[in-house]
Amino acid sequence: MSGSTGPGSTVVEPPMVLAEQVTKSFGSNEVLKGISLEVRRGEVMCLVGPSGSGKSTFLRCINHLEVLSAGRLSVDGELIGYRESNGKLYEMAPKEAAKQRRDIGMVFQRFNLFPHMTALQNVMEAPLRVKGLPKAKVEATARDLLARVGLADRADYYPAHLSGGQQQRVAIARALAMEPKLMLFDEPTSALDPELVGEVLDVMKGLAKEGMTMIVVTHEMGFAREVADSLVFMDAGVVVESGLPSEVLANPRHARTQAFLSKVL
Amino acid sequence: MNGPAAVTPPLGQPDASAPIKAIRLRHPWRMVFAVLLVAIFALFVIDAAFRPAYDWPAVGKYLFDRRISMAALVTIELTVFSMVIAIVLGVILAVMRLSPNPVVKSVAWFYLWIFRGTPVYVQLTIWGLISLIYTTIDIGLPFMTPWISFSTNAALNTFTLAVIGLALNEAAYMAEIVRAGLLSVDKGQEEASIALGMSWSQTMTRVILPQSMRVIIPPTGNEVISMLKTTSLVTAVPFSLELFTRSRDISAETFNPIPLLIVASIWYLFFTSILMVGQYFLEKRFSRGVGDRQSNKSDAGNATALTGALPVIGAGQPTVVLPPKQDTPGTPGTEGAR
Repeated sequence: MSGSTGPGSTVVEPPMVLAEQVTKSFGSNEVLKGISLEVRRGEVMCLVGPSGSGKSTFLRCINHLEVLSAGRLSVDGELIGYRESNGKLYEMAPKEAAKQRRDIGMVFQRFNLFPHMTALQNVMEAPLRVKGLPKAKVEATARDLLARVGLADRADYYPAHLSGGQQQRVAIARALAMEPKLMLFDEPTSALDPELVGEVLDVMKGLAKEGMTMIVVTHEMGFAREVADSLVFMDAGVVVESGLPSEVLANPRHARTQAFLSKVL
Repeated sequence: MNGPAAVTPPLGQPDASAPIKAIRLRHPWRMVFAVLLVAIFALFVIDAAFRPAYDWPAVGKYLFDRRISMAALVTIELTVFSMVIAIVLGVILAVMRLSPNPVVKSVAWFYLWIFRGTPVYVQLTIWGLISLIYTTIDIGLPFMTPWISFSTNAALNTFTLAVIGLALNEAAYMAEIVRAGLLSVDKGQEEASIALGMSWSQTMTRVILPQSMRVIIPPTGNEVISMLKTTSLVTAVPFSLELFTRSRDISAETFNPIPLLIVASIWYLFFTSILMVGQYFLEKRFSRGVGDRQSNKSDAGNATALTGALPVIGAGQPTVVLPPKQDTPGTPGTEGAR
């Protein structure tokens, strides 16, 4: 465990996400080889790179769906998955980890909506069960959220009866229902038909405009250029290059980035 | 010849939409077999109606005999009690088998190995002899004088032993059914639930179990039907108040076994038929939201009419039919991609 700086208690406002030498191995396969990066409050960061580069794994580390092998990762100044006292790390009990995840919304490539619940029930589930808020209030908020993603009239539909783009927008509303301070998007448009991509990206643009802190793993370079504040190019488990999207996309410095961008742009 | 002339037009534009007019292919052998089967069946029924050994008047007499209907009730009780215990135990065993703890996992595996590897009849006989093996049931600390001690014979009557025997055997099968159900739910469902901050038990009860029900219910229905019939084996305990043993006992007095076997069979058929209908409705209930190809055909059709998004699986123009409120239909092509 390296960790050059403290957990951020001295800073007035800690960065939303602070990753220090994050390493993750599956068996002997090292997927992340020391990722260090910082996401400011309100920043939209796009993670790009070839498949297998570890983008998704890194994203999943942020809300503790994967456990780090080494390094430190904190969200809003709070170490993820561990408690620190007297210089020792203690693994969190599932309950504490669940508490941390409440504040971190996640949107998956394959939506993962609950198929046995309607769109509205999907959005209401977590605020009802996890936060234990009163039903009437939760329903009002959920309907507002569905309206925000343009699906007010689809509230009572089951996911199977919605198109991919509509399902993904419900999934975004479901994540927002927990009022997260950080949203993680894991290739949110990769499983969609090309003509459905736009409607999901529009919702995400709206979110970015409202100041939501977002980390987006994506192949949509147009979205990155237009919306992102920073772009990180990853390959083989390391950050190859990062900076302003316009700069990285226009003048990639590394040969690996150039090769990748020449294929996707 | 007008052969080629008759073939070409339907392929072209003009007549393609007209219904096909063709002479139906004949299946003469189907007819022959159908007639043959009906004839054999009719022959059997007519013969049975007049055969004295069936003794139909006796069937009528005993069908609603009080002893028989009481026995039918006991059969139902045996089925319900043992099935409820079996399902609860089965869920516990299934979760144990999926546990990361190797000891817990092995214990569950060992249980299944024993109870699936030996015949129910043998297990029921052993349960009947349990008081020979364990004469008293003691509650207390090992190697100390027990706090409470009572005789096994007094504590467990034959009905209880029959329920225990049936339930413990059935639990092994239920465990496998539940396990298959739990594994059938996509891993993404668990992740989505956890990512929302839901606990393990919430994830299990709200997300995983309801979805696995769709897979669990059909085989469980079969198990209930099978259990109803297996209750006829509790005579091994020996417990003698259920349907089959009771009808055997009555016929032992009347020396007329055939009609009583028919009476028992009619009661079994009556119960299994009810269970089958119940199973149909349960399956329908739990396939909610999942476009089940067969049972939900009309449902899916309805939704299509409303969304306009579903039917075009291959045709690929779903967005066009989205509601007027939709903000995007025009933009997607220009967005991002290239």
